[in-house]
Amino acid sequence: MTGFSAFRIFAEALRGNRGWTPHWRKADPAAHYDVVIIGGGGHGLSTAWHLASQNRGLRIAVLEKGPIGLGNTGRNTTVIRANYLLPSNQRFYEYSLRKWESFEQDLNYNAMVSQRGVLNLWHSDGQRDAHIRRGNTIRLSGGDAELLDAAALRDRYKFLDFDNARFPIKGGLWHGRGGTVRHDAVVWAYARAASELGVDIVENCEVTGFEIEAGRCRAVQTTRGRIAADKTAICVAGSSGRLAAMAGLRLPIESHVLQAFVSEGLKPFIDDVIGFGAGHFYISQSDKGGLVFGGDLDGYNSYAQRGNLPMVRHVCAGAMALMPAIGRARLLRSWGGIMDMTMDGSPIIDRLPVEGMFLNGGWCYGGFKSIPGAGDCFARLIVSGEPRPEIAAFRLDRFHRGHLIDEAGAGPWPNLH
Amino acid sequence: MRIPHPDLGLRDIEEFTYLGDACLCERPQTSADHGNFCDYLYLRDNPAGAHRELWFHEYGDQSWLIVTRDTCTHEILAVEYADARPAGRRA
Repeated sequence: MTGFSAFRIFAEALRGNRGWTPHWRKADPAAHYDVVIIGGGGHGLSTAWHLASQNRGLRIAVLEKGPIGLGNTGRNTTVIRANYLLPSNQRFYEYSLRKWESFEQDLNYNAMVSQRGVLNLWHSDGQRDAHIRRGNTIRLSGGDAELLDAAALRDRYKFLDFDNARFPIKGGLWHGRGGTVRHDAVVWAYARAASELGVDIVENCEVTGFEIEAGRCRAVQTTRGRIAADKTAICVAGSSGRLAAMAGLRLPIESHVLQAFVSEGLKPFIDDVIGFGAGHFYISQSDKGGLVFGGDLDGYNSYAQRGNLPMVRHVCAGAMALMPAIGRARLLRSWGGIMDMTMDGSPIIDRLPVEGMFLNGGWCYGGFKSIPGAGDCFARLIVSGEPRPEIAAFRLDRFHRGHLIDEAGAGPWPNLH
Repeated sequence: MRIPHPDLGLRDIEEFTYLGDACLCERPQTSADHGNFCDYLYLRDNPAGAHRELWFHEYGDQSWLIVTRDTCTHEILAVEYADARPAGRRA
């Protein structure tokens, strides 16, 4: 498969677009690999591509229980941003955002990376102070944040309910480099680039167990047979707990469902991503015109990939409080994704206590936006065994050491993060 | 989703607040070592299937229930009072 170029698109147009080939090989599993990555979502494929491009000659397989990219990479609201309060989070997400900025050039793929900006609103003096603090820490770390008062916002966002009796809008924190990315294209780009470097992407291959001898993982058992691996890397959004249990481990993780929503297609009126400060609600408009929005977790353990109606109502109530006009739009569909909610709401990228096993999991709200950064850091961890500075805080033992990364300040309650 | 309350019948989940895994009822002694407490606080079995969990009937009779629920289907398999006493005699 040759790369995309303006010339190639032009030439294909003249030839009736008959020259395009599949983006990735449908590989059968080999008997042995240097690295087996479990999970063919954004994180697994990003890890595979970073591994392959940084270590030529390494034999790598990505195992996916169904077709690739049908998990959380295609079930999120496509937002990318780096506007976190805690230094360990901000350092990592800023690293990831910079990789988004070069994503299309690095992968030779149009993923519609759109840095349209992210605005977080505040509604009280206390919230204003918290946003000032957050904005300052973001800028101190080299990121971008700008405080906007209500007067600046009124002109630009005529559809917001500034004078809401309960939650008047008093200002916002603007993060101009944040935005959205076409999520499915991220999977296709990584799959194509990794496959080109020789990575075997093995679909319809579910892992059913691990072969562990003397504390070391030697192979994975799958529905397509035994596959030996020197190193095994777990990248399965929402199912880290299940995989860890197969290796005899318990993790500080609960699996929860998070719903997302899309309205019918409308004319463009929301340019960026807007976050409500008085409830958990955020919204953007896709290039196709649909309003894409989400809010809180359903809040109880679930592997069901579908939510319940009370949360639909809760999120829509937040929407109505922020922008009453949304009440005129029809809700086209809603869906749920299963997320690893950790006990502090932050991810885990680390070696596991079983020799040769690695974990990239515990992604809650941040999974999609972290794909390029986490893939790079995880690939380097798998090779060297040592974490890069960007993920040094995301160790598994931080809970026992007391070094939690609790961005929401909610304590050890996964359903509250 | 509705939860069959032992005394009050089927109630909508909006009447309840979720706490988490019912293993939270088995709190270690205060004399337990640091490791035991950390395991209790942070580690979970997180099963895909039957899961015993704590639900508080906050907008109802204020009882704590242990609900056994299938996390793959949302099916409720069993409901009991967390303190295993009939509602009328609870303090």
